[in-house]
Amino acid sequence: MTHAAAERGARPGARLTDARALDPALVAIPADPDGDAALLQRLAKWAGRWSPLVEVDGDGLRLDVSGVAHLFGGEEGLVRDIRQRFARLGLTARVAIAATAAAAWALARFPSPQRGEGDSAKLSGVRENKADRIGRTPSPYPLPAGERELVSALSVLHVSALRLDPDTVRTLERLGLKTIGALMDMPRLALARRFRGAEDVVDALDRMLGRKPEPLTAAPVDLPPRALLKLEEPATHPEAPGQALERLIPELVRQLQERRLGARRLALVGYRVDGSVGVASVATAIPSREPKHLLRLLADKAAALNPEFGFDAFALTAEWTEDLSAAQDSLVEEPSGERDIARLVDRLSVKLGPQRVRRPQAKESHLPEQASGWVSALHLPSPSGEGRRGGVRPNGLNARERASEAASSRFIRHPPPSPSLEREGMRPQRLLDRPEAIDVIYATPEGMPRRFVWRRAVHDIARAEGPERIAPEWWRQPSSARLRDYYRVEDGEGRRYWIYREGLVGDGRGEAPGWFMHGMFG
Amino acid sequence: MPTLSELFAASPRDGGWAGFLLAQVGISKPLLWVQDRMAILESGRVHPPGLPSQNLIHVEARDARDALWAMEEGVRCSALSCVIGEIWGDPRALDFIATRRLAVASERSGTPCWLVRLGGTANLSGARMRWRIGSAPSLINPLDPKAPGLPAWDAELFRARGMPPGRWSLAHDRAAGRFDLVAEPRDRALGEGERLTA
Repeated sequence: MTHAAAERGARPGARLTDARALDPALVAIPADPDGDAALLQRLAKWAGRWSPLVEVDGDGLRLDVSGVAHLFGGEEGLVRDIRQRFARLGLTARVAIAATAAAAWALARFPSPQRGEGDSAKLSGVRENKADRIGRTPSPYPLPAGERELVSALSVLHVSALRLDPDTVRTLERLGLKTIGALMDMPRLALARRFRGAEDVVDALDRMLGRKPEPLTAAPVDLPPRALLKLEEPATHPEAPGQALERLIPELVRQLQERRLGARRLALVGYRVDGSVGVASVATAIPSREPKHLLRLLADKAAALNPEFGFDAFALTAEWTEDLSAAQDSLVEEPSGERDIARLVDRLSVKLGPQRVRRPQAKESHLPEQASGWVSALHLPSPSGEGRRGGVRPNGLNARERASEAASSRFIRHPPPSPSLEREGMRPQRLLDRPEAIDVIYATPEGMPRRFVWRRAVHDIARAEGPERIAPEWWRQPSSARLRDYYRVEDGEGRRYWIYREGLVGDGRGEAPGWFMHGMFG
Repeated sequence: MPTLSELFAASPRDGGWAGFLLAQVGISKPLLWVQDRMAILESGRVHPPGLPSQNLIHVEARDARDALWAMEEGVRCSALSCVIGEIWGDPRALDFIATRRLAVASERSGTPCWLVRLGGTANLSGARMRWRIGSAPSLINPLDPKAPGLPAWDAELFRARGMPPGRWSLAHDRAAGRFDLVAEPRDRALGEGERLTA
């Protein structure tokens, strides 16, 4: 509902026909709760420019601005800044800063008679000094001077500003307790006895006056290292993100150094003037805080950020960090070249996508296509060495233990696994992603294949070895899965293939067994 | 000397070149293996259990341009034992300049680079050595004469800088770490009497 509509007599909750009767020129737009919620979510991200702790709270936003306001010229400056920026988006914001979340909520939504502002509620700011409040003896209302004003501002508000459910509000009204002030004058014990249950009036009152903490949910305990750059003028030129990055990285690296951390994932967030954000993020294989490397990783992605109407602030955050002791960023290169490899993996993964740059990780499976699993090289910095060759790897470790095993082996050189001779040449170097059906001529259905047709070319089998029988994994596959008999075959020109017959004649799991081409030997 | 070598598979359906190539690759350091999408579709994906080393980084490139970029990044990194890049056909991105860049980068960093061409033609290239590798009938299997034995290859070096081209039938002697000439059952004369050390 707009100001203009309100002036002409429209009221929330009124029927459309009643409103039209008052003024036929009224334009009705259907409500879009989903769209509103999505907008609110987007605005919550954007509001990260004022404070790192933002929460969507019903139909408004809640910001914890403790220790933030001085960056914007005091609390008045902060409120002005928030108002102005929302006004530029074409939104009217109702902003309130108070010592407690509940008080700010009430002040933003319930205009007191003397202030008398009537606009659509959207935002409430919160200044919380939680440490101050917890553990104090509850004498009647021991408030410092600034908060006496708060109490006087709150006491004129209607009781519904306590965020109680309508039934409780109605009961309170019937008892003649219309304002919060009237409620505050009541003896606590009487109130507590009268209103027992989930919607406790005393609780709500305590929250509002800060005698009971009401923390923002999902507030990260340990804030990630973050560097912020605010611009005087919105930057619309495409080089802006890159230039901002060059100024932000030294600051971030300084913070990482102080906390002895290395970045595993970085995000550059550009705040646009129109209230949207552009994000460029990269991940690294080993923790790093080397400015050159980080700049090189992010530069391409940052350059791809579209300024649209212009950026007016940038924030570079190390979203995921790991411990990195001071010794490791010395100038001396590790002899194993581990770090070179990690940097190579970083660059490849950034450009091509982490799902395209992978390392093998053996899995517990007899099926060849499942035994050779692949994991993103970012997640598995180096293989843990032993027992990786061919077939099953007896491994009772769970995923986390395996990861820590991989991590601990990062700086220990394992000797390369020695290929055991009896397995030599038993597995092909290449495997088709999907086995291809072939036509096979054989002497007997259970016997050796003689000749096969693959991709419309005939291959005469000169020599063959097999079968190597691989039974279906009954604990994982459906009961209709058939066993496979693998043969290593060599055709007349010496090309060696790995083919298999799926099923047996009369195994009761389908029709005549089919033959498939699965791999090639080198 | 480490440099760029180009290897043409005698046929895309012949995986024999992989054995020839892997026999020459050191396994003390990780290996970067780049395949473009068509190479994976047509001649299969690398299967680690069949390789001498599991210390491998596999890159699945969308096209030849990405594959060449990844190879160049890899070749600049001296902590790799070798870079292998498989490219299908004759893409436009694969020209003299691209191969020349790889050759120079490889010589500078000391990381050998193998450019594997599947179903491609041998046009202009900056590679220092160009091979054409096909499978040859395998050696006699001492345990079972009907079974395939150790692999053998028909290797043709058709262009090389500073050495004469030639054609050999080779098998790999893993214990001695060298290639041996194989007595030819066919009509060609026995090799030029030399032994190619790996």
